[in-house]
Amino acid sequence: MRTTLTYVGGATHLLMKAIFYGIKPPYDLRLIVQQIDYIGIRSLTVVNLIAVFAGMVLALQTAYVLTRFGAKGFIGVVVALSLVREIGPVFTAIMVGGRVGSGITAEIGSMKVTEQIDAIRVMGANPVKKLVVPKLVATVVALPLLTIVAVILGILGGLLISVSELRVNPYYYFNTILESITFQDVLSGVGKTFFFGLIIAVIGCYQGMVTEGGTEGVGRSTTITVVLISIMILISDFFLTKLFMLLW
Amino acid sequence: MVSYNMKEPIIEIKELYKSYDGLQVLQGVELRVEKGETITILGGSGTGKSLLLRLITGLERPDRGEIHINGKDIVSLKEHELLPMRRKMGMLFQGAALFDSLSAGENVAYPIKEHFHLSEGEIEKIVREKLRLVGLEGIEDMMPAELSGGMKKRVALARAIAVDPEIILYDEPTTGLDPANTRRIRHLIIELQKVLKVTSIVVTHDIESAYAVTDRLALLHRGIIVMVGTKEEFVSSELQEVKDFVAGEVIKGAEEEGR
Repeated sequence: MRTTLTYVGGATHLLMKAIFYGIKPPYDLRLIVQQIDYIGIRSLTVVNLIAVFAGMVLALQTAYVLTRFGAKGFIGVVVALSLVREIGPVFTAIMVGGRVGSGITAEIGSMKVTEQIDAIRVMGANPVKKLVVPKLVATVVALPLLTIVAVILGILGGLLISVSELRVNPYYYFNTILESITFQDVLSGVGKTFFFGLIIAVIGCYQGMVTEGGTEGVGRSTTITVVLISIMILISDFFLTKLFMLLW
Repeated sequence: MVSYNMKEPIIEIKELYKSYDGLQVLQGVELRVEKGETITILGGSGTGKSLLLRLITGLERPDRGEIHINGKDIVSLKEHELLPMRRKMGMLFQGAALFDSLSAGENVAYPIKEHFHLSEGEIEKIVREKLRLVGLEGIEDMMPAELSGGMKKRVALARAIAVDPEIILYDEPTTGLDPANTRRIRHLIIELQKVLKVTSIVVTHDIESAYAVTDRLALLHRGIIVMVGTKEEFVSSELQEVKDFVAGEVIKGAEEEGR
């Protein structure tokens, strides 16, 4: 219990410091762009791949249920709603969390155990500003964008199955989607990913900063990060969903 | 000893206490470092020598005690208040601690960019000059992964002296190096001392290197400095801890030579 509280306290403290140093000039845009490239652009392939397949399997499963009730025509709506509100944000966050969160921890953790973090401080620079802020900004910016791309590709994946397997009219598929998806649906889906982005970056960075015990420690830390990020995304997903439902 | 006390101290440590992982490591360390001298802090592993360096740089905070640098107590300073003091310090880390993602030249340029607003051309010139000082001209574009252990240490040394510090701290400078590189680093420490006229603190358990690079030595034992003195005073000391350390190191040194 005590270690959990210490951990939450430490991670929150890091987030506060990151926000403080993030707002305080000077801003190093070059570092942020570099991180967006690493965190966002290079995650595109994996995220797109799982998004298409998630959309396809969703269409298959939904069709199975809907045909029982003779409501096959709603397939587009159900697929799109699931993707926008839930599957898109969570799958993308977990995928990016595994790929990027572990990468952040490994990078910062190795820097910690080889005294590079100390070197940054001795040379008069601030490790939070140099390392944490760019990663935090980049993740919070990139994750919502990745999610939007993933949702669109997921809907296209669903279309593929709907047309080829279930003989649904593609025009009808899109039309029902556009008619029934509201701005609130999009907002509640994409809105969650800002928080997921925070979780990924803060846990990734904090776990890196507290890494101890050489290269073995880096391995241990990386594992902890992936597990923690996945758990935290799923738990916070429930509360965020509930919160957004209360708000609108 | 009297002659040293006449000079002004650049670093003065008083009654320094620090525990680590529930272990009382430093138990009242007292040390005066005079301007322009090179002093070696000796001690077995785990005695807190490196910790002492980390305290001097402000990387760690003591539980109790004072650390005066140029007459100013740094213990109560906040991280950003340490900046002016850190501008005057260079530290060579045990494992070099070069940034893996930056080239050798960018590593050396890092502290310059942090502390000064200079043009790229001016920075390049300084970087070239510092690398030349450590005998590594023209390796600016190489990445740390491409360098040998000894070269990494020398690049790290170039980085440590990049902003012309007044104090250079060496954490186990020769540990893990082969005899040729050990000699080279020793030679560099002496050379830099002559060229840059800095104050140096060397932390090591390697008494041979200590004898080679400094004239004053301090032995850290069980949390306190048990003796400060010249090479000659150390060799002829009747103090049991000093005799044990010198004997132990000489035997270990002989074994290593024989290997």
